[in-house]
Amino acid sequence: MRLTAKSATLLGLVVLIALAPLFFPSGFYYRVGALIFVNALAVTGIVILTGWAGQISLGHAGFAGIGAYACALAPVHWGIHPALAVLLGAAVSAILAWLVGRPILRLKGYYLAVASLGMGILISMVLNNERELTRGPDGIDVPDLGMRALLKAAGLDLSNGEFWYFFCGIALVIGAWLALNLHDSPTGRALRALHGSEIAARTVGIDVAKLKLQAFVISAIYASVSGSLLALQNKFITPDVAGFMHSVEMVTMAVLGGVGSVAGAIFGAAVLTLLPQVLTVFAEYEQLVLGLVMVLVMIFLREGVVPSILRKIRGRGE
Amino acid sequence: MSELLQFLLSGVTVGAVYALVALGFTIIYNASDVVNFAQGEFVMLGGMITVMAYTAGAPLPLAALVAILVTAALGVAMNKLAIEPARGAPVVSLVIITIGASIFIRGAAQLIFGKQIHSFPAFSGDDPFRILEATILPQSLWVIGGAVAVFIGLWLFFTRTLLGRAVLATSNNRLAAQLVGINTPFVMTLSFALSAGIGALAGVLVTPITMTSYDVGLAFALKGFAAAMLGGMGNPKGALVGGFVLGVLEGLTAGYISSQYKDAAAFIVILGVLFFLPQGLFGRKSTDRV
Repeated sequence: MRLTAKSATLLGLVVLIALAPLFFPSGFYYRVGALIFVNALAVTGIVILTGWAGQISLGHAGFAGIGAYACALAPVHWGIHPALAVLLGAAVSAILAWLVGRPILRLKGYYLAVASLGMGILISMVLNNERELTRGPDGIDVPDLGMRALLKAAGLDLSNGEFWYFFCGIALVIGAWLALNLHDSPTGRALRALHGSEIAARTVGIDVAKLKLQAFVISAIYASVSGSLLALQNKFITPDVAGFMHSVEMVTMAVLGGVGSVAGAIFGAAVLTLLPQVLTVFAEYEQLVLGLVMVLVMIFLREGVVPSILRKIRGRGE
Repeated sequence: MSELLQFLLSGVTVGAVYALVALGFTIIYNASDVVNFAQGEFVMLGGMITVMAYTAGAPLPLAALVAILVTAALGVAMNKLAIEPARGAPVVSLVIITIGASIFIRGAAQLIFGKQIHSFPAFSGDDPFRILEATILPQSLWVIGGAVAVFIGLWLFFTRTLLGRAVLATSNNRLAAQLVGINTPFVMTLSFALSAGIGALAGVLVTPITMTSYDVGLAFALKGFAAAMLGGMGNPKGALVGGFVLGVLEGLTAGYISSQYKDAAAFIVILGVLFFLPQGLFGRKSTDRV
């Protein structure tokens, strides 16, 4: 039996998530793992938007910010359970993406990059300035999800790190599964056709603007959920989550791993999440390194690291 | 009334800077169809290198000249090292490359110049002129004069000189330009040098008013882009007018609504333009023919 690329990716991911803890020298690595999964989830959204629909967003961290602050604010102000706040954040992000994307994606060109940059800056401005609501740049506490207590009552006692590692891991597997399903669906095929040639896609009756908008909205939801998970596991969030550099990190992770591949997205997220943990001096050089990675990968490995390696192994085209 | 005039004057001043950034965008966009996200970093470099040369003891005019030349050289290097090797790549890749280059320049600037805010003295002192009941700094006049001078200079260059016409020919049709013997790689080099130099000039002119730090480039890029789109992408006249209009809108937002949210003006302009007049104020109708 031959594995399809889809089941190979998912199977590999599940095995990796399940077995990696066997090699963890300390509990700290559960946290790093959870961070990788959260980033990989957001980057999977970027793959849908940039890799398949061929559009760039420089404001995706804004959606992560909405997801994160939904979890911080909704439970306190409106008594909504944190789990429902995740959905609320995703809904708000999706509506905002639709409102911003609709006028822009009807047009040819790369206006989304600029408009989303402006949108991201605006969201982070609101989070920083509306101190009465968000407490400003100092950050705000996020209520507990309550899932760990539930599991404990059911007889499964996990440490905080373990819980979030597996919880985010499962979220990533679901996110990757949905994305891969989308890839093979008529919508996914239409998206890839549009990336190949917009004119040809239009000729065969594909509603180009609508598809790009769908991709933007879906990727916004991924970013929002990723922001929510980050906020919930840290139990604390600052406006940095919506900052420009976070948007750039997402794009760089996708570009590094391979902007057209879900497996690549996860690889890129893993490398660029691990790097600052391994190299403490990295923080100072972060922008330098991220910028260099983007330029070099685009010049020398245009498909990204993972697809380029896969191609070498198989020795043939896709 | 005096309040309104004051807001208008400060709006026109920043507007002149946005016009310069937008002109820089326009030159590269016309020559290569590349939307250069690193445009704002040229503004930052112009201010920062002047600060460095000035504190090292160079007289201000020399420091400014050095800054403009070094930035122009960096613009050329960016074209040679990052854009040219990716010729023929999809536009998405080129956009990512210019974003990468912009982040790289930011990171390098942070390491070299540090995270502090820098400035240097205004060219002609700080005694404001009175216009009716409002005041304007002499440096603001330098900024506005600089934008107008650059615009006129570019206009003369593109309409009156052979080289300028060669650039226009390349932007119209690269292959045809090559066929009639235009050295298109040189035109690209020239465009990046001009564009980076103009960006640096904007940085030199505005730093005594707004000060500078390693991370100011992003906001300039966003606003320059908004100005270019408002005027109509690729149209120098549009870039100039778009810059001033955006500056005035921002000045009024800061004055009457909230200075914390003045940056939102650029974003609203981008969305508004895309909604209501995608070709911009001076854009040609239907520029994409298939």
